[in-house]
Amino acid sequence: MKSILAALAITTALTLPATAWARPVTLDTTLKNYSGNGAYLAIYVTDANGVYKGSLWMAGGKSKYYQHLSDWQRATGGSLSEINGITGASVGSGRKLSITLNLADALFDAGYQLHVDAAVEDMRDSPSEVVVPLTTAGAGKATPGRRYIESFTYNM
Amino acid sequence: MIRSLHRWPGLIAAALLLVLSLSGAGLSVFPALETVTAPAQTEAGLSIADLTARVLVTHPGVEQIKRAPSGRITAYWFDNGTPGAAVVDPATGLDAGSADASPVERWVKTLHRSLFLDDSGRIVAAIGAAAMLILSMSGIALVVRRTGGWRRVFTSLKGPLPCRLHVEIARLSIVGLLLSSVTALWMTASTFGYLPENNVTPAIPNTVSGEIGFSVTDIQALRTAPLSSLRELTFPYPDDPTDVFTLKTDAGQGYIDQGTGALLAWVEPGAWDRISETIYMLHTGQGAATLGLLLGLMALGVPLMAVTGIIVWAAGRRARPKLRGNVAAGHADTVLLVGSEGGNVWGFAATLQAALTAAGQKVHAAPMSAFAPDRYTNAARIIVLASTYGDGVAPASAKGFLDRLAALPAPPSMPLAILGFGDRSFPDFCGFAKQVARAAEAKGWSTLLPMDTVNRQSPQDFARWGHLLGAALNLPLELDHQPVAPRTKALTLMSRRDYGAEVQAPTAILRFALPHIPVWRRITGLGVSRFAAGDLIGIVPEGSPSPRFYSLASGDKDGFVEICVRKHPGGLCSGQLLSLEPGEAIQGFIRPNPGFRPARGKKPVILIGAGTGIGPLAGFARANTRHQPMHLWFGARHPDSDLLYRPELTEWHEQGKLTSVAAAFSRTETRTYVQDILRRDRARIARLIANGAKVLVCGGREMAAGVAEAMTDILASQGLTPAMLKSEGRYAEDVY
Repeated sequence: MKSILAALAITTALTLPATAWARPVTLDTTLKNYSGNGAYLAIYVTDANGVYKGSLWMAGGKSKYYQHLSDWQRATGGSLSEINGITGASVGSGRKLSITLNLADALFDAGYQLHVDAAVEDMRDSPSEVVVPLTTAGAGKATPGRRYIESFTYNM
Repeated sequence: MIRSLHRWPGLIAAALLLVLSLSGAGLSVFPALETVTAPAQTEAGLSIADLTARVLVTHPGVEQIKRAPSGRITAYWFDNGTPGAAVVDPATGLDAGSADASPVERWVKTLHRSLFLDDSGRIVAAIGAAAMLILSMSGIALVVRRTGGWRRVFTSLKGPLPCRLHVEIARLSIVGLLLSSVTALWMTASTFGYLPENNVTPAIPNTVSGEIGFSVTDIQALRTAPLSSLRELTFPYPDDPTDVFTLKTDAGQGYIDQGTGALLAWVEPGAWDRISETIYMLHTGQGAATLGLLLGLMALGVPLMAVTGIIVWAAGRRARPKLRGNVAAGHADTVLLVGSEGGNVWGFAATLQAALTAAGQKVHAAPMSAFAPDRYTNAARIIVLASTYGDGVAPASAKGFLDRLAALPAPPSMPLAILGFGDRSFPDFCGFAKQVARAAEAKGWSTLLPMDTVNRQSPQDFARWGHLLGAALNLPLELDHQPVAPRTKALTLMSRRDYGAEVQAPTAILRFALPHIPVWRRITGLGVSRFAAGDLIGIVPEGSPSPRFYSLASGDKDGFVEICVRKHPGGLCSGQLLSLEPGEAIQGFIRPNPGFRPARGKKPVILIGAGTGIGPLAGFARANTRHQPMHLWFGARHPDSDLLYRPELTEWHEQGKLTSVAAAFSRTETRTYVQDILRRDRARIARLIANGAKVLVCGGREMAAGVAEAMTDILASQGLTPAMLKSEGRYAEDVY
């Protein structure tokens, strides 16, 4: 377990080149036209039981609003060290967030799940809007979200 | 200093404040609209559990129920794989409208808080709020200084219309603008995380029952909490036994086990959160819709103040002339020190400087605040031109002068001449110039000329003083000062009534047609289209650019412009006016004189005048359709020759527009003057004063002095003086 966490921590550093034990993965999140302000998105990994393992990306710059990403908040206690260096701007209605990072091979086909929490100002919070298992077979397949996300895809 | 703190943030931020205030005013409508349109809660004791039960009937897949401060209830659900949301009627649990925020509101809100520029825009908007705060504070300081103290902040104002409008709007809106700008800054600081925050989210309990299916309506915490305290209730994810209910109310936030209905954790909001919530409510009006509307209305004052403020600034700038050939302090033989607030006195200084320079003098003109006698090594005289700000306060460019004078070990060796600029209708006429004169006398400073005054920027007063100065310096000095010429209109004479030929005082009542004012000028208030008796008309005679002022005997509602003019021997303007025949025209403009008119209401008015001074008093009587008690004491030479308005006076008396009329004639056998009949009627006048009467005196300077003396005697019995009445705005003079 410890080695996986360590690998995860390394993979989240985007500047690292792909190595023998990690590969570049592109996460595409396309939002619906929900007619609201920019969405905050938290992308993170849990094991099959839903136990939090680590964060991959936080879209949205103001930490005071992270409590609305309630599953992520619940898992991390809102700890900012979890997303140190992996934050970006919130994503506007109808826009697409595309991030590429090096994910450890060990995360695939091992029962891990990728979660996306979403929140929009003055609108309904949507924790675990998307939950997809990380499998090599699932790569490239679009998954719709419950409320704000039109489709979520990871490509290798 | 305070003035620049008001001027520069105002000019720089005007456009930004326009956007922020208009969008803010627009946003203020939404909370009120929401309160009105949202289905209201009719049952007083409704609990959260009651409402939840009703919503569950309509939407079994409900995920969240929110209550806005306006009382609007919104439910979010997930039925058959599709999310939905609606406003819910608490009485029935049925859908009662769309839950989507209005796109208009969202657009205006984004504009208001970030100008569509995200965080950079938020910072710009916060700078706007800071500018608003600085403008409000400096504005308050200026109004306090101008009116002469905190207790007089709400007294009536005098001055040009844009200036008065600016202050009037500020008085109405300042509280809201202060509140809005302070709360805006607080909210920005909070958004950027500069304020401490209590973490209200309690830790999720590690142990839950792991069961599901406890009836929501049986949960104790929801049964006891009234619906009015609800903020939001979030249901656990279906089929996730580890999830919990999350409840937020006014009292705090906590979790409820979905298997047992037990309250698992509860946290109350901290002091900071409560403060932030209150500030949010005060700024947005959400939860305080009426206050919000009020703030929005006050925000509408900002565009008006931006426009009037810029007009005031531009007018002051135009009025300030460039000084040509100003000599350095050490080389000048004449030092000209200027104490000016709005820049008007600088115009006079420039005329004086030019005239003295033309007469071969080397002149150094400087603000009074730059007073440094040790630098005036070649100076043979110092001339001080000083206006007064408010109640005898030093004007902006004279700050520190009196302190510096007091600190001198010995008075300057060169003699001093002081010319004060002021307005006789103010209680402390030329108050600051008089202070300077007293301080100079106390210091033992020798005088070149006794202190003199210029009333209402009168070019005639200035020219008269110029002759005195020229005589003292043994120089031919003609001071032809032309204040920035106001736009004139051609006034066409309709009719004239002539008097006084028999007593060697040709006098006429001249009635002109109303000048045509274009509509846009009426709207913008640039051309004075409204005027009342007691306002002034400036007549610009042919052959002189300087206007002569006459008091109006009519208002625009009368449908004509009327003045009384007596021919002065050799008088350029009065000669031209008296030679006008009906159909002929002369150039003129109207200048407001709001200090000289009867107070509104039912309190009595004492009108005192002589000669042509009866003009505005007659105008007051003519306009007195509400039958305010008006008592007239006036003087003329002879009842058969120069008794102006004779038929009208009788008529107005019969109509009740004039309660009493008393006249004094100086060329009859009795030889009485108006002050004599005042003394005769002293008991009646004292009674009127005791009943709150306002005194309005119009006429020549000598008559006004005689009247003031008589009134001083009459008022003494009540422990009053004309000066005391003046300071209350109850004694006004229009003297020429």
